[in-house]
Amino acid sequence: MHLSVSGVSKTFGDGRHAKLVLDDINLSIDSGEFVALVGSSGSGKSTVMRLIAGLERPSTGVIAMDGKPVRGPGSDRGMVFQKYSLYPWMTAAQNVAFGMSLQGLPRALVRERTAYFLEVVGLQNDSRRLPKELSGGMQQRVAIARALAADPKVVLLDEPFGALDLQIRETMQEFLYELWQRSGITALLITHDLEEALLLAQRVHIMAPSPGRIVRTVEADLDRSNLAHLRMSPPFLELREELVNSLRNLDAAAS
Amino acid sequence: MRLPERTVMRSPWLLGPLGIAVVLLAWSLISLSGAVDPLFLPSPPAVLQAAGDQFRGGILLADAIASIRRVFLGFALSAALALPLGIAMGSNTLICRLLEPLLGLIRYMPAPAFIPLLIIYFGLGELPKVLLIFIGTFFFNTLMIMDAVKFVPRELLETALTLGGRKLPILTRVVAPYIAPQVIDAYRINMASAWNLVIVAELVAANEGLGKRISLAQRFLRTDEIFVGLIVIGLIGLLIDLGFRAVLRRSCRWAS
Ligand SMILES: Nc1ncnc2c1ncn2[C@@H]1O[C@H](COP(=O)(O)OP(=O)(O)O)[C@@H](O)[C@H]1O
Ligand SMILES: [Mg+2]
Repeated sequence: MHLSVSGVSKTFGDGRHAKLVLDDINLSIDSGEFVALVGSSGSGKSTVMRLIAGLERPSTGVIAMDGKPVRGPGSDRGMVFQKYSLYPWMTAAQNVAFGMSLQGLPRALVRERTAYFLEVVGLQNDSRRLPKELSGGMQQRVAIARALAADPKVVLLDEPFGALDLQIRETMQEFLYELWQRSGITALLITHDLEEALLLAQRVHIMAPSPGRIVRTVEADLDRSNLAHLRMSPPFLELREELVNSLRNLDAAAS
Repeated sequence: MRLPERTVMRSPWLLGPLGIAVVLLAWSLISLSGAVDPLFLPSPPAVLQAAGDQFRGGILLADAIASIRRVFLGFALSAALALPLGIAMGSNTLICRLLEPLLGLIRYMPAPAFIPLLIIYFGLGELPKVLLIFIGTFFFNTLMIMDAVKFVPRELLETALTLGGRKLPILTRVVAPYIAPQVIDAYRINMASAWNLVIVAELVAANEGLGKRISLAQRFLRTDEIFVGLIVIGLIGLLIDLGFRAVLRRSCRWAS
């Protein structure tokens, strides 16, 4: 799998109200990679995600999956939103099964895969609960299981932990990293949290706002055998501080 | 608004019956005092007596069935057509742009004002009464369903798209279940107008029905029978309302 975003810009509105939201975005992801896109709120991260998902069309440039231009949404690009994306009338299991059922998979297979993915996210005992009976962290795990169960080639995560408390967020980061390691998924993570991006992704694109553009790309080649440890390790903290500073300079230059 | 817990009665469910009891008591006292001519205000026993007579004669049941049947036919037609149209308008901008002004306009034409036309077109039979109920509820049902569809969270629709969903399955498997509670509630609210309209239609022209019975009673100055009619109409309406609430509670546990 090779996903490429080449020379993409996006303008919302037209005439006097036209607003350039993304300017010349270039990035790519290959099978098995974990890539992150970081930037302050309003820098256009979600728009990049929505363009890749096919929910919006680029104004210029091309987004392609394995060389074929993306023309609309499809199950090869799964998506996890920040919140409110579980179907409130479906149980956890029904939510996980929904994509497979939309795709017309045989019932027995749907049941089997649902059980498998609920177990992957550690919710095998909560399969019959409704979303409102689950905590925020559990809800996001269901959303992730649902996206994975639909068998996408790449999972797009738009600030999936942004609405969670700090402590749960750290647990979920470790959960996502383990999941990526174990199941060989390909992930594009969007976040405004630089620590989160550096902790999880091998490659981090840093975006600046007005218009949204990628100002820096970092290959975060770190030892991730113990994430809790990594968070506190000197190389990690140094890298983080250096990037925070360069971002701060950007913001200062912009304002 | 809620009062602090301490000042609230221990059995608040008693308050409803209490309110009714107070009115009944006042009614009894006034009619006992003889201050008002019984011709205008029949006593509770007289009304009970009239109800008993009508019930034994089978008139009450026949009237109630006639009225309920008209409401049921007209409203079923209205509900069944409003659902797909409301969903289409809520999910498709073109259809919405085309129809919303029209429906919004017709909605403000009082349904009873259609009675003369309906009589000219269809005479005095069942059809004009059923159509009146249809006209009086269809536009409200449709617009309320359309609004419910417009407020389906974007994330739910977009998630379905990225899971491989196509347009029609998304309408039936995401939009329809999401709006179900609001649809049932819209039906409940508009059913009240249907129930009002059937009485209006029967007041104008009918052979039987609760409204017809009231207008006959008026001709013979039988206020006791008018009271029976009013109370029965109120009770049936209340039962229908409670029925919708029960359906809502049982079928949409997730929404409460
Ligand atoms: N559909 C839209 N129409 C107009 N402006 C939009 C639309 N979507 C996003 N924007 C604008 O694009 C900018 C970037 O938004 P977004 O991609 O959501 O940023 P982020 O996810 O980084 O916070 C914002 O200024 C936002 O107002
Ligand atoms: Mg965003």
